[in-house]
Amino acid sequence: MSHHIIEFRDVCFRYPDGTEALKGISFRITHGESVGVVGANGSGKSTLIRHMNGCLLPTSGTVNIGDFPLTVKTRRELRRKVGIVFQDPDDQLFMPTVFDDVAFGPLNLGMDEACVREKVRGALDVVHCLDLQDKPPHRLSLGQKSAVAIASVMAMDPDILAMDEPAANLDPRSRRSLIAFLKTFKHSKMIASHDLDLILDVCERCIVIGDGRVVADGPSAELLSNRTMLEENSLELPLSLQGR
Amino acid sequence: MTFSDHYFDIDRLDRLSRKETFVHRLDPRVKTIATMLFLITVISFPKYEVAALVPFFLFPVLMLTLGDIPAGFIAGKILLVSPFAILIGLFNPFLDTRIVAVVAGLPVSAGILSFLSILLKFVLTISAALLLIATTSFPGVCHALRQLGFPAIFVSQLLLLYRYLFVLLEEAMRIVRARDMRSSGARGAGVRVFVRLVGVLFLRAVDRAERIYHAMLSRGFQGDLPTLRPSRVTAVDLAFLAATIAFLAGFRFSQVAEGIGRSAQELLR
Amino acid sequence: MHMADALLSPAVGTTLWAGTAAVTSYASKKLKREIDDRTIPLMGVLGAFIFAAQMINFTIPGTGSSGHLGGGMILAIILGPHAAILVIASVLTVQALFFADGGLLALGCNIWNLGFYPCYLVYPLLYKPLVGNSQKPGRILVASLVSAVTALQLGAFSVVLETLLSGKSELPFGAFLLLMQPIHLAIGIIEGLVTAGIINYVRSARPELLETMAALRPLDASISLKKIMATFIVLAVITGGALSWFASTHPDGLEWSIEKVTGKGELPEQENGIAPVLKGIQEKTAFLPDYGFKPAGNDAKEGEAPPVWPGIEAGTSVAGLIGAVIVLGMIVLIGMGIRSFRRGCT
Ligand SMILES: Nc1ncnc2c1ncn2[C@@H]1O[C@H](COP(=O)(O)OP(=O)(O)OP(=O)(O)O)[C@@H](O)[C@H]1O
Ligand SMILES: [Mg+2]
Repeated sequence: MSHHIIEFRDVCFRYPDGTEALKGISFRITHGESVGVVGANGSGKSTLIRHMNGCLLPTSGTVNIGDFPLTVKTRRELRRKVGIVFQDPDDQLFMPTVFDDVAFGPLNLGMDEACVREKVRGALDVVHCLDLQDKPPHRLSLGQKSAVAIASVMAMDPDILAMDEPAANLDPRSRRSLIAFLKTFKHSKMIASHDLDLILDVCERCIVIGDGRVVADGPSAELLSNRTMLEENSLELPLSLQGR
Repeated sequence: MTFSDHYFDIDRLDRLSRKETFVHRLDPRVKTIATMLFLITVISFPKYEVAALVPFFLFPVLMLTLGDIPAGFIAGKILLVSPFAILIGLFNPFLDTRIVAVVAGLPVSAGILSFLSILLKFVLTISAALLLIATTSFPGVCHALRQLGFPAIFVSQLLLLYRYLFVLLEEAMRIVRARDMRSSGARGAGVRVFVRLVGVLFLRAVDRAERIYHAMLSRGFQGDLPTLRPSRVTAVDLAFLAATIAFLAGFRFSQVAEGIGRSAQELLR
Repeated sequence: MHMADALLSPAVGTTLWAGTAAVTSYASKKLKREIDDRTIPLMGVLGAFIFAAQMINFTIPGTGSSGHLGGGMILAIILGPHAAILVIASVLTVQALFFADGGLLALGCNIWNLGFYPCYLVYPLLYKPLVGNSQKPGRILVASLVSAVTALQLGAFSVVLETLLSGKSELPFGAFLLLMQPIHLAIGIIEGLVTAGIINYVRSARPELLETMAALRPLDASISLKKIMATFIVLAVITGGALSWFASTHPDGLEWSIEKVTGKGELPEQENGIAPVLKGIQEKTAFLPDYGFKPAGNDAKEGEAPPVWPGIEAGTSVAGLIGAVIVLGMIVLIGMGIRSFRRGCT
């Protein structure tokens, strides 16, 4: 399934206010790979993730999904393949109830009612939120919101998964089950996080970015044990490698 | 009312609207139509009508009790509501002083009657609107509006407004708290500071809208907010609507209160 | 100031609802054809923003009293007329439902008063020409001030008209006007200052933002002045026509029935129990069928206002009064009965 390949070629991006957030990023992710993205605050992780499905289009350079370049024309089609979980779950849960929210994607894909219900149930089950179905998002805890946001993306059966800080608000148990779930997701995935232990656990490969550039790209075990490189990028060794 | 009072009021109504009672289970369309009919009927009484309005309290009282809504909360809200109608009505007794009745030895002017009438209509209409939202979730009302033919764009952004109301209120509350902490006394509450605060709030809102749009696109948004909702009007709903219409028509066109009063007089004879 | 249900007659209420429905569906049609999808979340979030901003109070300089943002003008400036009127309508709908501000019938009036004028009259006819292509803060300030004041004056004037045409208030036209317009002049000035302040703040903090948003609405150019004026005139004629037709048929038209008021017959004497007490009250209670008597006030007032008919309706009689009290008691009992029944169940 070659269409699970993601390729960034010399991607630059400038926000309308002039901020240069990405300054020439290149990498290639092959099918089934799971890749962590780490870096300091403001280094460009969220900006990068938003390039994965054409929310943002590069000012220069190209992003390819499978064999197709992401452009204004192709992005609608390619968006179905890439599921993105955004950093702030409040932005992601825009419907009046949890059920409506998770059903939004499947309904837009044109599924019939029975199919939609099935998808919603399945997705909510994965994140242990079935009993929150009828709640409005503003009555959920932050962690519950994050979990539902993940479910709302999973309900669309994406081929590629991109997540921005998926574990930031989760308690240890939910974090555990998120990690377990991520390990079962066999397609390509990309996870931006400050939770280096999670990256170490889930992703065999890791990309370190600093100031809009790729600083290092290699096996997680190797990069995340390189104390000097991590500290240069405002990061520190994962707890599991700190060897207390 | 202070900022957080407002916030908690919306929140409380929102919670009440998620109860499970007979009234809550009625179809939102039916409730909306019934409420509008009720309002029109009440408003249709002429200027000096007082007695014939009283039986109409049955409708809010039934909604209140069957819907298990705390009466004190609704009463409190009615008292706190913007008193424009009452302010304007208050002029009537002073401007229209022709004596039309003597009640228990006290003269009553036409202005007092028309003021009383405004007062009753005020309480009736306000409680009906509050009870509609207290027994029907806001998304339910939006859905009803859509089905009743309101434009899709209007309903979509109304739903989004409601969803982000809570998010932005919390954001505003944080900003205000920061202002109040940093400023001593009235200086911090001036127009200049206000403009800055609201400006910041505005910029954040615009950025948020952009992020929401991306999240929507990522999930296949094509300009519409589709939902799955059972939208069958059942026999119970129709029966409720029919009963409401019968009640309204009956109390509008027959002088119920006066009839009862007359019978009472007969009995006393 | 929000128009309220209790002051409305059904004729005025439904006419204004019809006008509002026409305007909002016109706006929706326009948007549907030409909208950029991203405007929908922007509208929703800005509606929530207006709401949140309205809850922040500030002290009005020199007075010590507090004010808050109305928001009609700022929405029109940022979103353009079509999107703005829908957002204003939404904000007012939420207010009508959750705070019972005005009410659901008066919602039609309120959307008209607070939405139609800023969006379809003031914005294209005043604000845009005044600002032109200029980005100067001073120019924006002047344009916002003039616009906000005008919009609020029009709105307040409409409230006066709607109230008078409904005929539930005794306030004479002149006095009512004197009551409303000056207050709204003050409110309008504050609104204008705040609107300009916010626009200018946004312009200096994120200069590109307002342009981006303006680009979202290519429709702006397509609103020709002539078309707006024509639409407005048509609407005004229809509204005026409908209103005067209703007014002339006088919804309060009174079938004054003397029998119903006085036809009590003689009460036979009966001297024990509660009856004599009630009878005592009754004897002192009477509705005077004679409406030809002089107003207790002075005559000057009578001359100012159009001749009013005291429409003391049939229901307002002694029997009506007694009945009303009994009915009220019954309703309270029913309510308490249901309540205790429910308590018993759970
Ligand atoms: N909407 C925007 N407009 C202008 N500049 C922006 C915008 N969003 C982000 N930036 C800037 O782009 C740069 C990269 O931001 P980004 O959000 O991608 O960082 P991040 O790595 O996700 O940070 P964090 O770890 O805090 O989430 C920052 O300098 C930021 O200030
Ligand atoms: Mg980020």
